[in-house]
Amino acid sequence: MIERNSGIVLTAEQKRRRNARSVAIGLTLGALVLLFYVVTIVKLGPGVLHRPL
Amino acid sequence: MTDISAIDQRDAVAPAQPSMAGVEDYVALLKPRVMSLVVFTALVGLLIAPGHLHPVLGLTALLCIALGAGAAGALNMWYDADIDAVMTRTAKRPIPAGRIAPREALGFGMTMAVSSVVILGLLVNWLAAMLLAFTIVFYVVIYTMWLKRFTPQNIVIGGAAGALPPVIAWAAVTGGVGIESILLFLIIFFWTPPHFWALSLLRANEYARAAVPMLPVVAGLAETRRQILIYSLVLFPVALAPWLSGYAGLVYGAAAAALGIAFIALAWTLKTTESESAAKSLFAYSVLYLFLIFAVLLVDQQLAWVHP
Repeated sequence: MIERNSGIVLTAEQKRRRNARSVAIGLTLGALVLLFYVVTIVKLGPGVLHRPL
Repeated sequence: MTDISAIDQRDAVAPAQPSMAGVEDYVALLKPRVMSLVVFTALVGLLIAPGHLHPVLGLTALLCIALGAGAAGALNMWYDADIDAVMTRTAKRPIPAGRIAPREALGFGMTMAVSSVVILGLLVNWLAAMLLAFTIVFYVVIYTMWLKRFTPQNIVIGGAAGALPPVIAWAAVTGGVGIESILLFLIIFFWTPPHFWALSLLRANEYARAAVPMLPVVAGLAETRRQILIYSLVLFPVALAPWLSGYAGLVYGAAAAALGIAFIALAWTLKTTESESAAKSLFAYSVLYLFLIFAVLLVDQQLAWVHP
């Protein structure tokens, strides 16, 4: 299969902004993971240890 | 005159172009200045509500209310891009300035709206989540899509959306909607018209050019000043109601009276002098007023805990 260049070449500024957006999305997702983890601990409390082994 | 035809076709499929949107453009879509008052009034609702909510869940509720308000702001900017483009105050917003495509803003706003409601429902409670969903739908559909372009009472009725955050916060703590939270709602509801009309007095020409039927455009500047004074007079007893009904103490009552008298005095000055500077003063003071009245309510309640 022959790869063709799509013709769209990002400028340095566009690349910088895309990287900034990617970092922001990553941080947001990370914060959500942390939020759900902490709320799980808060809601379950000591019950988090009560599970069938 | 600005060519708005390109952005008026909100659903037009644009050819794929590399996005020039920076993170700050997405932050601007959330209307952070509006969000700060929303978060503050919600915080006060959260703190004065009876009952206990774990601080982590309280912060989660606050975060969801902030995200929901931001989502409503983004969807408002998506729909109103044609109006924003012809008004100096809003022409530099990300969509009319061409930094964010309308469809990007729509996707961003919808994602945030659904996420904020679902997270609030799953992690805190579903009454608060339903109230948040109602607030977003009311602001975007009832206010932005319908009332804003249809009636000079747009911001009076639409103000209900901005008044709901403390009720949502109250529901997050108590699982219900108390009379106290309704009083907080009423304070913001009756504060909104004089606050917004003071601004619209300064922008009447721009609203007229954008064909938005704001009160100064439809009824004239003199009638708007008269209505501002009437709402300021109505706001006075409404703001005193938490004290009169025994939910707040004397500290709050005295502060609400003093702040209310200053509000009426500025509205009276605006009506009699008919000056732009009086409208500017009232607009600036109205923001301070809302901040202070909620801050004093919080302080008053903390004092009641210390000296019951």
